[in-house]
Amino acid sequence: MSDIKKFMYLNRRAPYGTIYAWESLEVVLIGAAFDQEVSLMFMDDGVFQLVKGSDTSESDMKNFMPTYRTLGDYGVRHLYVDKASLEARGLTADDLIEVAWEDFETEEEVDNIVEAVDADQVVQLMAESEVVFSF
Amino acid sequence: MKLAVQVNEGPYQHQATDSAYHFTKAALEKGHEVFRVFFYHDGVLNGTRLTTPPQDDRNIVNRWVELAEKYDLDLVLCVAAAQRRGLVDDGEAERNKKDATNIAPKFRISGLGQLIEAAIQADRLVVFGD
Repeated sequence: MSDIKKFMYLNRRAPYGTIYAWESLEVVLIGAAFDQEVSLMFMDDGVFQLVKGSDTSESDMKNFMPTYRTLGDYGVRHLYVDKASLEARGLTADDLIEVAWEDFETEEEVDNIVEAVDADQVVQLMAESEVVFSF
Repeated sequence: MKLAVQVNEGPYQHQATDSAYHFTKAALEKGHEVFRVFFYHDGVLNGTRLTTPPQDDRNIVNRWVELAEKYDLDLVLCVAAAQRRGLVDDGEAERNKKDATNIAPKFRISGLGQLIEAAIQADRLVVFGD
């Protein structure tokens, strides 16, 4: 068994209202120390986690949106967003934050690792994953 | 097969914890290995020994304890989730200056790394939640 597995974190819930999104993010941050091959998938209300311009100043909640922008530094290689979930909520890829990624060893850079994918790709990406954490 | 189990919901409120228990018990009885049961989110509430359900109801906490005693099962509560929800063992009581503990026997409190490790080590991670 290889020590490196393909991890997918599946995020299906809105960022606030329940704690799932934030505690999922905590797993991703801690999990980075284990150097696995990590991607995140946002579906259903989970797509709201990546909508830019969120403001929690009047709700007494910590705004953890800035944390998503740092995920490239935590070894996360892909942030996939289910296109159908976006469309069902009147959103497009333009409404989402951009997250940059850089490999510090090879200096390979990607400006934005947020990618909208269609249903067939969602199925394929999940099937290719060896571990799917569902939040 | 080597399995890891993750429980994301609290006892009594949600079926996830019952399903996780019955799945874990059945897997062990069939001779599979359960590397670890990791409790996250409100799932950490499965680990308080102060739980007192009505007498004619199942005792979810004791059920886990008995299963762990029989099979030497590793029951782990996430420390960050436990701190938020008031699950305390001796170490946490001392570290955070709390006047009591409530963790049930056979449970232990540890970090999220235990979940990642379980996912890496096991052939399958089975998540019980909403």
